[in-house]
Amino acid sequence: MTRGPVYRFRLFVAADTVNSGQAMANLNSLCRERLAGRHEIEIVDVFREPQRALTEGIRMTPTLLKLAPAPARRIVGTLVDTQRVLETLGLDTDPA
Amino acid sequence: MKRERVPEAALGKAPTGITGFDEITGGGLPRGRSTLVVGGAGSGKTMFGLQFLVNGTRQYNEPGIFVAFEETATRIVANTERLNWQLSKLRRNRLLFIDAQPKLDMVQSGDFDLCGLLAGLALEAGKMQARRIVFDSLDMVLALLPDFAARRREVYRLHDWLARRNMTCIFTLKAASGETSVSTDHPYGFMQFMVDCAVLLNHSVVLGVSQRNIRVQKYRGSRFDEDESPFVISEGGFEVAMMRILGKADAKVTNERVSSGIKRLDTMLGGGYYRSASVLITGYPGTAKTTLGGAFAEAACRRGERTMFVSFDSEGTEVVRNLASVGIRLERYIKNGLLRMVSARTITGSAEMCLVQIKGYAQKHKARCLVIDPVSALSNSGNESTAHGVAERLIDWSKARRITLVCTSLLNELHAQVENKTSLHISTLADTWINLNYLVQAGERNRGMSIIKSRGTAHSNQVRELVLSNDGVTLADIFTAGGEVLMGTMRWEKESAERLANEVGEVARKLKLVTLDAQQAELQVRLKAVQTELVAKQVEKTLLARTTASREAVIVGGRARMRQLRGADAPRRKS
Repeated sequence: MTRGPVYRFRLFVAADTVNSGQAMANLNSLCRERLAGRHEIEIVDVFREPQRALTEGIRMTPTLLKLAPAPARRIVGTLVDTQRVLETLGLDTDPA
Repeated sequence: MKRERVPEAALGKAPTGITGFDEITGGGLPRGRSTLVVGGAGSGKTMFGLQFLVNGTRQYNEPGIFVAFEETATRIVANTERLNWQLSKLRRNRLLFIDAQPKLDMVQSGDFDLCGLLAGLALEAGKMQARRIVFDSLDMVLALLPDFAARRREVYRLHDWLARRNMTCIFTLKAASGETSVSTDHPYGFMQFMVDCAVLLNHSVVLGVSQRNIRVQKYRGSRFDEDESPFVISEGGFEVAMMRILGKADAKVTNERVSSGIKRLDTMLGGGYYRSASVLITGYPGTAKTTLGGAFAEAACRRGERTMFVSFDSEGTEVVRNLASVGIRLERYIKNGLLRMVSARTITGSAEMCLVQIKGYAQKHKARCLVIDPVSALSNSGNESTAHGVAERLIDWSKARRITLVCTSLLNELHAQVENKTSLHISTLADTWINLNYLVQAGERNRGMSIIKSRGTAHSNQVRELVLSNDGVTLADIFTAGGEVLMGTMRWEKESAERLANEVGEVARKLKLVTLDAQQAELQVRLKAVQTELVAKQVEKTLLARTTASREAVIVGGRARMRQLRGADAPRRKS
């Protein structure tokens, strides 16, 4: 198993809304399958930390930020479209 | 059962501070509720929302938040630079812009909601005690949602959020241009059921002239003006044209008179125009309408009153030059600042725009007297339908500000042969209506002037001839002869002919007198002669009688003597 760079994510969610729950589940399963052992996920609840949402310019939830490795990416939504998410994160060519 | 308590503030209205709009809605937008503003591209939605916030924070101490889904805050502020709002001077805690455009590099996967935005807004709104909020072009973000249900869900999420905070809100939405109502077919048609007030903005081009209209489609629990009203976006921002609002006290009336600038006209009007009256001067081209306007302006300046002269036909300097040729000198008043000439080049756009500009200039100049030459310019092609309303509002406005208004109006020689047909039908609104016309007779055109009406004033019923000369404008009596009205040289001829006829008559009279005197003298002489003759005859008659008597006596005496002598007969007694 090739060890790649560590992926750092920050996921902005809105308390326990359905969308946010789905996004968290989708992200977790993606990381489990593709980035086992080399990912860090920070969950930010916009209602608990609105200042952070403002600072990051988060208007829609859930929003996933890929902070590392570069380039930074921003994905809005439940992350339901796995292929699209993988493409955006640059993981589509990375064999499992 | 628990009775729902309506928060008190919700019953009130949040004034927009937009001229005209608060009058249409009877006080502004529903306080603590949502209003939907729908319009096509460039219809002024953003401007409306922004002005609601700017006025809110400046005039009503209600700080506001502008959520920009379409344009960035920087661009919106830049767009208002041509207005006199000076947004950059507003502190962030009075008016906050939140950029909420979907980011260009953003990738979307699946459903989302607006909780992130609301969380941030809640924080900011609490910090600045925001009372008002505008979501500009909500459709931009809603369009990203995967299905109708999701859009509906998010709209209601916003709505609930707002209701809990008792903030007065405006949502703006794009409509296909030309759409005059939000039907339920509209992608966000459901929103009109959710909001308490819906406003439609309509921007159309009529014969090349841009016309903007605003209409309140619904307003829960409030009376409102349901008609479409024209509006303009001027220097001061959004301005809705409206008629005088019922119930508002009428402008104070006055008995003060102001001179028309022509002495005899003042006399004809019983002292001049009324102060703050509106005067209409109609006439065909070249009937000296401008001259009458100029005379009024000059008289006003002579009294030291600030005056504005709006010339649609020609440049101000030309008007001044032309008026100088009839002895109306305005240059000195322009120099000393009493008179402001405004010419067509500085006033452009639809009739509505023109009115706004005229009002703006007049206010800046603090004009007490206003001449508009000609007001019929407002009804140029493309403005026919609106010009009448504009003229009405012009009159209302000038009355309310106690400005004496003199408007000239061109009559179209082809269409308005009927005397009472002015193109704007404002003759019924004007207080005084003076008509100028030509009288063509014997190869001459002469100007005739008559006062068709003058409210509250005894006025002369006579047509007068308007005579323009280097020394000024005068009114001459016209000559009526044999039921015909004569003017110009014919009047002069007729006048001279009459003078001549008078002289001849006088001579003839004198001659006759002399003849009669002579005849009388002659008769008296004859009378004397006859009388003398009579006396002679009488004398003769007396003489005759005396001689007859003496002869008889002689005869009788003679007979007696003869008898005596004969001695034959005894003397006979006289029987």
